[in-house]
Amino acid sequence: MHEMGIAMDILRIVQESIPAEMTGAKVQRVNLKVGQLSAIVPDSLRFCFKVVAADTVADGAELAVEEVPVEARCNDCGHAWTIEDAVFVCPQCKGGRVEMLSGRELDIVSIELSEEEGKHADPQ
Amino acid sequence: MLTPNKTLIYRHHDGHKGPHSHPHPHGGGMETQRSGSREIKVVRRVLDANDLMAARNRELFAAKKIFVLNVMSSPGSGKTTTLQKTLSHLMPGLRCAVIVGDICTTIDADRLAVSGAPVVQINTDAFGGDCHLAAHVIERAVAGIDLDAVDLLIVENIGNLVCPAEFDIGEDKRVVVLSVTEGEDKPAKYPLMFRQCDAMLLNKIDLLPHLEYDVQATLASVAQIHPGMPVFQISAKTEEGFEAWLAWLRTQVAEKQKS
Repeated sequence: MHEMGIAMDILRIVQESIPAEMTGAKVQRVNLKVGQLSAIVPDSLRFCFKVVAADTVADGAELAVEEVPVEARCNDCGHAWTIEDAVFVCPQCKGGRVEMLSGRELDIVSIELSEEEGKHADPQ
Repeated sequence: MLTPNKTLIYRHHDGHKGPHSHPHPHGGGMETQRSGSREIKVVRRVLDANDLMAARNRELFAAKKIFVLNVMSSPGSGKTTTLQKTLSHLMPGLRCAVIVGDICTTIDADRLAVSGAPVVQINTDAFGGDCHLAAHVIERAVAGIDLDAVDLLIVENIGNLVCPAEFDIGEDKRVVVLSVTEGEDKPAKYPLMFRQCDAMLLNKIDLLPHLEYDVQATLASVAQIHPGMPVFQISAKTEEGFEAWLAWLRTQVAEKQKS
């Protein structure tokens, strides 16, 4: 439900990340990492990003979402495993002191830019 | 887990279905040249602006030794009634203030203001109808409160079990209110919320004789998602179970004041 706000944040960070000298740059793709336990629906996010990115440097850019599994470690016995079905109990020792190592991500990893022809300084 | 005769038609995360779902091989440099395009490393949290503002709120609350409680639930769980009753017990011994978020109306603020506590209503329709309270909204709201005269600041978040769990507002602790009319499966359906919270109130237990609600099933579900999280079974109507809840809250406030 908050994907529109998230999409606006992504666009802001994308715009801030384009090097100043790349004046004619167009954003082709934004690479995101989204944890499985984040409250984000990628399809909604893509739709919202398409809307907010219209008529900007990121117009038409693809949002590529890499899903990050929920990795956990037991603070009692040290066992590490991938959590599925939201059960945060150690399968080895049945302990509950479980630390989440990943799965909450909502990160921009990189952006991919194409440079328009003729916008570079002429080498001659 | 799916039973064999069921088909999962929509996954919350569909990263593996997208045209570009493979992990990127990233070099060590700032950027890599690809055919016709440049990849620029960014590595930033999308919510970094909110995180920064939340950290600033947290600093302010620490300096003033104010314990901040973020109260979340689905709509209709009885948050406001619970808080009304909570305030009536805590005040005037503790100096309380409330920030209450709704998309529209000041109904909740009017109800809570009866307690005598300063109440700031936030209507997020002015912010685009947001489904959660973000840190910058809290920063603006506390400007209307005399923080030197507050021990406990309660933030009644917008009724929603999804989005508020994602947004740090600078709180010390988070509490989720679940009512027995909502179903035993809510923790399993909204694991992030129940994982993120520090305590849970199971409200409306006065209705249990009239319902086929399985309290043990709820507790078992919570114990899987967040082992060890305290669960207080209460009725905001009859105030049954309030002693343990109030004791927990008073302890939290006292610890913040000692810090």
